[in-house]
Amino acid sequence: MGIRFDSVTVAYDGNVVLDSLDLTVEPGEVMALLGPSGSGKTTALRAVAGFVRPASGRVFLGDRDVTDLPPYRRGIGMVVQQYALFPHLRVDENVAFGLRARKTPKGEIRGRVAEALEMTGMAAYARRFPRELSGGQQQRVAIARALAIRPDVLLLDEPLSALDAQLRSGMLAELARLHRELPDVSMLYVTHDQVEALTLADRIAVMDAAKLRACGTPRQLYRAPTDEFTASFVGGANLVPVTVGTGGVFFAGTEVKVDTDGVIPGAWATLCVRPHLVGLGEGPNQFIGTVTEIQWRGATHRLYVNVDGHTVMADLRELKNPPGLGDSVSLHFASEDAVLLPAGVSHG
Amino acid sequence: MLVHSRKAKWAVWAVFLLLFLPLFALPLLVVLGASFATHWSGVLPSGLTTAHYRSATRGEALQALTTSLVTAVTASLLALATGTWAALAGAALKKRHRRVLDALFVLPVAVPSVVVGLSVLVAFSQPPLLLNGTRWIVIIAHTVLVTAFAHQSVSAAITRLDPAYEQAAASLGARPAYVLWRVRLPLLLPSLTAAAGLCFALSMGELSATMMLYPPDWTPLPVLIYAATDRGALFTGSAVAVVLMAATLLVLFVVSRVRTRASYR
Repeated sequence: MGIRFDSVTVAYDGNVVLDSLDLTVEPGEVMALLGPSGSGKTTALRAVAGFVRPASGRVFLGDRDVTDLPPYRRGIGMVVQQYALFPHLRVDENVAFGLRARKTPKGEIRGRVAEALEMTGMAAYARRFPRELSGGQQQRVAIARALAIRPDVLLLDEPLSALDAQLRSGMLAELARLHRELPDVSMLYVTHDQVEALTLADRIAVMDAAKLRACGTPRQLYRAPTDEFTASFVGGANLVPVTVGTGGVFFAGTEVKVDTDGVIPGAWATLCVRPHLVGLGEGPNQFIGTVTEIQWRGATHRLYVNVDGHTVMADLRELKNPPGLGDSVSLHFASEDAVLLPAGVSHG
Repeated sequence: MLVHSRKAKWAVWAVFLLLFLPLFALPLLVVLGASFATHWSGVLPSGLTTAHYRSATRGEALQALTTSLVTAVTASLLALATGTWAALAGAALKKRHRRVLDALFVLPVAVPSVVVGLSVLVAFSQPPLLLNGTRWIVIIAHTVLVTAFAHQSVSAAITRLDPAYEQAAASLGARPAYVLWRVRLPLLLPSLTAAAGLCFALSMGELSATMMLYPPDWTPLPVLIYAATDRGALFTGSAVAVVLMAATLLVLFVVSRVRTRASYR
């Protein structure tokens, strides 16, 4: 069952926290809502769950308009950052909660609970209390609890944010596996972590300041972002202001050959290049700058280079002889790695 | 307060004992001493006897103890039910309306209990609710007096309750009533038992409103203690007071045991 937002607007005391969102999640699709805090992504999820009431617009689950339905009649599985396991119930009772609330026949409950715990690898902990489990285990139980009611839609609100980095990548793989095992369940996955979104999502909806900025497959958004915010939030990007010529743009006195279709010559635009696609030394589209900062990150070096008043970041495979601060270096990038965006905030 | 040096620790203990002993411990110890005494003219009581306890645990005193226990248990259960109900209802109200509700519930504590006693007396001395002369007028007065505490501690606990639990339950398909019984009330249980204990203890010791209301066949223990000391039987009164204290502490201990088992976090 899919999810559809039909110009959904949510406001608290006159503050618009979600501005006329139009978005469709296809049946069986994982849609990540990616954005910084306060971008409205959690509000969008809560509108689907039924915990906030849109000021205008409708929310659909499949063909059913659920805008006016209370949460308990929506049939949605939800997993939140702080797990929210019932502390007074054992693991199996937590998982059985939704089934009992929906008056599932007693004989069926036991099997469904076992199945859900099996799926999340928590069968051995059925008789524990939540407080006796680690954070990662509690989150598995929370997922099992949400899956036990066999929802068509699963809402995940920053489910991995409370876990440490190592556990997080393991859980990410688990979630991907769960999605393969439950191909019919649509998932709406709210996160501020671009890695989670890129890894898990079929499509990513990028949100900022209560608005949907861009929506597309991870590859589309990464390779060909359409605005500055998306470019820098998904994957990180060098955004430099350029003037458009014919068949290329000018940056720091150098002409860069990029696709300028649909852009008026002479206009301002923003050139976007991913830091790991910037190379050190001579090459096409070369420009010269001064090193202002060097960070060693194990496998890579990140250079911050001042070019004509703009900072350009370059992620380079670990350098044998890294340049020193203040050194003058040449950087270059391939024309096909650069994307031209409409001029935005980087123009100050 | 974190005290590090050994000397400072001793000093803090000394100050604590200096303040605590005369103010809190000594009066209680004096009552305990007096309850065993036949005379007390010197520094210590003399003529030790258990005769006061014999009279304090049978006949009229035993009757009064039962009366007090029944009154306190009934009043605190009624107070807990209404206080919790009001607190749950208040939590669903808008902030402005909730303030009005809170103020109404604090009223019986804010006004002197003598006034509460008098108003209950006046209110229930005529039809349609003619309760004067029955045990119910005492129980009602106690309920009115202690509901404030039940309401206050339960509403404090409700505001601390993470809404994530209710929302998780609702998303799993639980209706509000189911959420209340299976999630909210179990999570509130520690605060509910604490409130019950507080109400019980307050009701066991209530005297001023009770004095104006109690019928001859429903004399709570504090009234008996007052009557005994009033006629000069200080030592008998002390023994009854110790019985009152012991009974109250025993019940509170049992309640606190339930409470420890009910607190999950």
